Amino acid sequence: MIEARGLVKRYGSTMAVNDLSFSVRPGLVTGFLGPNGAGKTTTMRMILGLDAPTQGSVTVAGRSYRDLPAPMREVGALLDAKALHGGRRARDHLLCLALSNGIPRSRVDEVLGIVGLEGVARRRAKGFSLGMGQRLGIASALLGDPAVLIFDEPVNGLDPDGIHWVRTLLRELAAEGRTVLVSSHLMSEMALTADHLLVIGKGRLIADTSMDELVRSSSRQSVHVRSPRAAELATRCRDAGATIGAATDPDVIEITGLDSAEVGKLAAAHGITLFELIPVRASLEEAFMELTQDSVEYQAAGAAR
Amino acid sequence: MTDATIARTGQDHRAAYRASTFADVLGSEWVKLRSVRSTFWALTVTVVLGIALGAVISAATAHAYARFSASQKLSWDPTGVSGAGMAIAQLAIVVLGVLCISSEYSSGMIRTSLIAVPRRGRVLAAKSLVFAGVTFVVGEVTTFAAFFVGQALISGHAPHAALGDPGVARAVAGGGLYLAALAVLSVAAGALLRHSAAAIAAMMAVVLVLPLIAQALPDSWRNPVTEFWPTQAGSQLTSVYHSAHTLQPWAGFGVMCLFAAIVYAIAWTLLDRRDA
Repeated sequence: MIEARGLVKRYGSTMAVNDLSFSVRPGLVTGFLGPNGAGKTTTMRMILGLDAPTQGSVTVAGRSYRDLPAPMREVGALLDAKALHGGRRARDHLLCLALSNGIPRSRVDEVLGIVGLEGVARRRAKGFSLGMGQRLGIASALLGDPAVLIFDEPVNGLDPDGIHWVRTLLRELAAEGRTVLVSSHLMSEMALTADHLLVIGKGRLIADTSMDELVRSSSRQSVHVRSPRAAELATRCRDAGATIGAATDPDVIEITGLDSAEVGKLAAAHGITLFELIPVRASLEEAFMELTQDSVEYQAAGAAR
Repeated sequence: MTDATIARTGQDHRAAYRASTFADVLGSEWVKLRSVRSTFWALTVTVVLGIALGAVISAATAHAYARFSASQKLSWDPTGVSGAGMAIAQLAIVVLGVLCISSEYSSGMIRTSLIAVPRRGRVLAAKSLVFAGVTFVVGEVTTFAAFFVGQALISGHAPHAALGDPGVARAVAGGGLYLAALAVLSVAAGALLRHSAAAIAAMMAVVLVLPLIAQALPDSWRNPVTEFWPTQAGSQLTSVYHSAHTLQPWAGFGVMCLFAAIVYAIAWTLLDRRDA
């Protein structure tokens, strides 16, 4: 369980994080989503006690991170897989972290096995590929067998096999009842792993919603209809307050503003035969773009809207 | 590789864990220190330079002793001569002391370290203590070895010292203490400045450059510098003969420790307050 209340982080005149309140619950993968520069990493750094909030507070397992008696036993974190001394062997890197929290040495070999690095345990970390570095970072997060896991962009730079492995791992960790917070700037990635979403833009919370709700609430939701009397149905729908999208096929219309049940009833009331009646959900990507279009920090001119 | 499992093969680690202690952090810092190659090389340089340079200087000055003036003979300090290699060997300790924390900043390891141990004062204290301890042991081995090698080379050509002579045992053993204090100062400087080059340059200025500049100044400026400049004062612990305008051995070492403590306190405060 992670709880943030009124988190603010200001760097000079820049508001990196602006009045953020949320809670991350156990048993779910919570996606922390936002465009680059939205404040995801800053928020994670405040959760982990690296940065002090300008205002507000955040607790993990009911305590401020700095007050945890053995932090790695409660929280496993991967912020930056390259944040290690390249001259140190993988096993020694994990060993020094384990010892600092009173974690037994045997656990080091266990986590090396879990992430599949036992073969390179005695290699120095600077020779590691991006994927191996990411696995080593994940190994260090798992050392304390923590109930809360925080991963910042864990699939960045991984090959498809590695991405699949991370996704499966995240799902399993949540299925075991752990709290999993994972950040990404890619909605498509979150669509495959997250149950719940925290969407932020320009340091503000835009949405705190389940994945299903996000899609359902999107204004892009529409109904696809094929009917021999499409034009007549279009008129009836327009009278009922709906908007009709243009289609190339004269028998097809795209209706927004009414759901499929309402369209079906309307057709029946006027004896209009329907060949197809399909509720069309906006893709998650579209829903995300719609949410964040006002808060993208660096937008290509002309690409707006 | 794709079927991820984090099933625990041993006992349930979450079942009963204890709070992390300072001793845990000490163990962690010990692993950090011994697991990078720079440690081995810097300590080897300290030992080799300390003994070899001391031997060369001992042999050379002992042979020149016959031609010394009366006043030079009066200030003849065979213990100081055999330990002269430490003046250069100490630079390896300075570099290693700075690097053991500044390299964490340059690599980003500091963030990993502070996430593991968010009570930041513990990280700095454990790092300083482990490095000072290792430096003390290596320093004592080096100064005693340099003393015996040096005296063997001096004897027969000039008056030599024995450990039983007044002040000699203190001066030889003091070499390790001086290096340990220098080790703490170097770690604190690294934590304070966070950049390897800046911290090493600052420490070189403290240890080498400023005392040299002071030699070029008029007496009224030079005397307080040779008396109270931290590393000058501290090194009184390692010599038997004390020239004018120097502190007594333990008083001098006290000045150096006080200086190291002040720098350490500033580093500790900033480490605790700054965003990492």
